[in-house]
Amino acid sequence: MSELWWAIVAVAVGGYALKASGYFVPQRVLERPRVTRIALLTPVALLAALTAVQVFGDGQALVLDARAAGLLFAVGALLLRAPFLVVVVGAAAVAALVRLIAG
Amino acid sequence: MTVVHRSVRTQSWGVGVAVGAYGLGFGALAVVNGFSIAQAMALSLFVFTGASQFALVGVVGAGGAAASGAAAALALGSRNAFYGLRLAPLLQPRGWRRLLAAQLTIDESTAVAISQPNQQLARTGFWTTGAAVFLCWNVATLAGALAVEQVSDPRVIGLDAAVGAAFLALLWPQLTTATTRTVAAGAAALALVLTPLLPPGLPVLAAAAVALTIAWPEPRPTPEQPTAPDGSRE
Repeated sequence: MSELWWAIVAVAVGGYALKASGYFVPQRVLERPRVTRIALLTPVALLAALTAVQVFGDGQALVLDARAAGLLFAVGALLLRAPFLVVVVGAAAVAALVRLIAG
Repeated sequence: MTVVHRSVRTQSWGVGVAVGAYGLGFGALAVVNGFSIAQAMALSLFVFTGASQFALVGVVGAGGAAASGAAAALALGSRNAFYGLRLAPLLQPRGWRRLLAAQLTIDESTAVAISQPNQQLARTGFWTTGAAVFLCWNVATLAGALAVEQVSDPRVIGLDAAVGAAFLALLWPQLTTATTRTVAAGAAALALVLTPLLPPGLPVLAAAAVALTIAWPEPRPTPEQPTAPDGSRE
């Protein structure tokens, strides 16, 4: 088996173990207020970071490109309480349009 | 099925199609970076957490060792443990459902589940989103891998912007308190500051430190205002 396959197996097994660990820790651990607060705020932090990196990151570089226009559209649409699909498809369309115009 | 349930399902499939569509890019990128179609599919079926998959393919594609790619992928996947922690009391899955729930525990299914107003809708949101993303992600990975010449750049149709918008839309309902807004702003800023300094993937993980920093201290009890049994107040 190649080195790449070993890496894939390791990520699959380790990744599943990480996913499952959240479900198998004892309930009393979950009931601690500190754990509750961490569990509540961690997805917020990660989703915000994922958004930022997804829109402004390009490998290890920070760039301002058509994706930022898509994000601006998304913010506006969310402020207007637009449905999820409008937000996502609209952001893609705006980014594609900006790229088309910018060549 | 109630109207509310239907709306949750619509949202779930919206997430599935939007995020799954980016699987086209993953399948194509994997093959371009020297992964076989079988390897790309193994990642989407068994790893099934987009950021980790992109991390492995990206590091290997940039000439990194397979082992460091795997390490980056696992570091990114560790956030799923926190998601499971958050979801366990909401879903309360038993037996094989718990094993299945673990595999479907990803950014999108978690975000949809925790943004619902009650437990029943949270369950509907989790399972529907998990299934929708799994199906779309895998079909798209295969299509992307097979059609690598035609879809080598998902950016042309703005799919990369769609993913950022999807993450933001999922985060949006959480931004109702000063605490969550502070955490979100701090985490986004930290991730951007760290992007040039750390290997791809790690800035997102490091941003979790913002949540830890704010969540760790015990809130000071205020005598004049009653506190919740867990000592926290929103």
